Amino acid sequence: MSLLRYRPDFFDSLKQVDLPFDQEVLVSLRAGDLVSLTGILYTGRDQTHRRFVALLDEGKELPVDLARQLLYYVGPSPARPGQVIGAAGPTTSYRMDTYTPRLLELGLAGTMGKGGRSTAVRQAMLKHQAVYLAAFGGAGALLSKSVKEAEVVAFADAGPEALFRFRVEEFPAVVINDTLGNDFYEMVRLRKK
Amino acid sequence: MSHGRGMSHYQKMRTITSEKISSAVRQLTMEAASQLEPDILEALLQARDSEESLLARHVLELLISNADIASREKVPVCQDTGVAVLFVEVGQQVAISGSLEEAIQAGVRSGYQDGFLRKSVCDPLTRVNTGTNTPAVIHYEIVEGDQVRIAMLPKGCGSENMSGLTMLPPSAGIEGMVDFVVKQAVEAGPNPCPPIVVGVGMGGSFEKAAYLAKKSLLRPLGEASPRHDLAELEQQILTEINKQGVGVQGLGGNHTALAVHIDSFPSHIASLPVAVNIQCHAHRHKEIVI
Repeated sequence: MSLLRYRPDFFDSLKQVDLPFDQEVLVSLRAGDLVSLTGILYTGRDQTHRRFVALLDEGKELPVDLARQLLYYVGPSPARPGQVIGAAGPTTSYRMDTYTPRLLELGLAGTMGKGGRSTAVRQAMLKHQAVYLAAFGGAGALLSKSVKEAEVVAFADAGPEALFRFRVEEFPAVVINDTLGNDFYEMVRLRKK
Repeated sequence: MSHGRGMSHYQKMRTITSEKISSAVRQLTMEAASQLEPDILEALLQARDSEESLLARHVLELLISNADIASREKVPVCQDTGVAVLFVEVGQQVAISGSLEEAIQAGVRSGYQDGFLRKSVCDPLTRVNTGTNTPAVIHYEIVEGDQVRIAMLPKGCGSENMSGLTMLPPSAGIEGMVDFVVKQAVEAGPNPCPPIVVGVGMGGSFEKAAYLAKKSLLRPLGEASPRHDLAELEQQILTEINKQGVGVQGLGGNHTALAVHIDSFPSHIASLPVAVNIQCHAHRHKEIVI
């Protein structure tokens, strides 16, 4: 194992993207681009989304303003003393599909997880000019190295499903859905046939 | 029957304390989360070296680095440290002092707490987290001998959710069975974190097929079924899945699956149950014999 590198070479070839998103950069992203994310993002998964939508249904405000933000689908493992966060890789995104269009209406500019999105989410992304990124599933230990600060912002009682604010540096991901409506998973499937 | 003769039929019992079981399970729980076994590491290295897609090779490299970091820093390989699934074989000459069930659950509980592992178990209806990652799912078997073998398979649900079972008519035959397994693996796409391990349980009954599918995941990767015809079928299905081009993380390439394991059991003349249990590339498993 000593030959293995902590930071694979291809990190050097990634497109640098700052968070929250700049509109010009956002629309320049293309399905299949490898990106390196630096800045602030928010996290949320099943319970977080359920609570977001419940708040919206009650006419209340969300605990954070999602406009221009990236929402990362992750339920991190607890940090050991001295660590920023435990493992922090993506969870499967389709479980958030029913909730996502509501959040895109609020100006959420991007989501990140793993696996494909529903037609409804893809249409909503096109309408609201949002992107969807895939982080590398099952690489939670390595990805935790890119998380420089982590703070619970809301829903602390939900444990791993709490809403965190992360400050990330050089967090690697792949653009799956761009603002033109392209879907990289679909492109891979079609290329094969 | 004389007293003396009767006694000779008793087998000598070996006593194992519940504390010993508890402490072994705690250790297994923590180690399984951060240390991939050599079989899966070897499979990932082999996949990297024979991968045709450049992007997939990069990602495999990243996954290998991830395993390295996890093991060195005792961070979980994946934040989904799973529901704890344990296969416990208890020798019939073993006497456990105290409650075996409680000892295992206590070991799982303290392993998840002390190992800084994620607690992912909740009530299915209310979705309220139990906060301890228990109860664990425990399968017991009584076997010959005076030992206890405990295999720990923490199962993440990105892959578990992509599993499935079908009750085929026997007329569907080998072709129907192969089609079902390939479809299950390929349609899962990027969701279960490919390259995946595909556990197949064939025959038995409804629940036996599912049990065999999961248990087959414990077989060392790359070790073929001892049954020649099943070993051939494993290779055929693996080739077929990898031809479909889902690839590493659904990003393309020739490694959608690392291995297919089939376990079978005789079934009813009217039935061909087939269960497919999908496992992610972060295939964590550890076992101990006490």
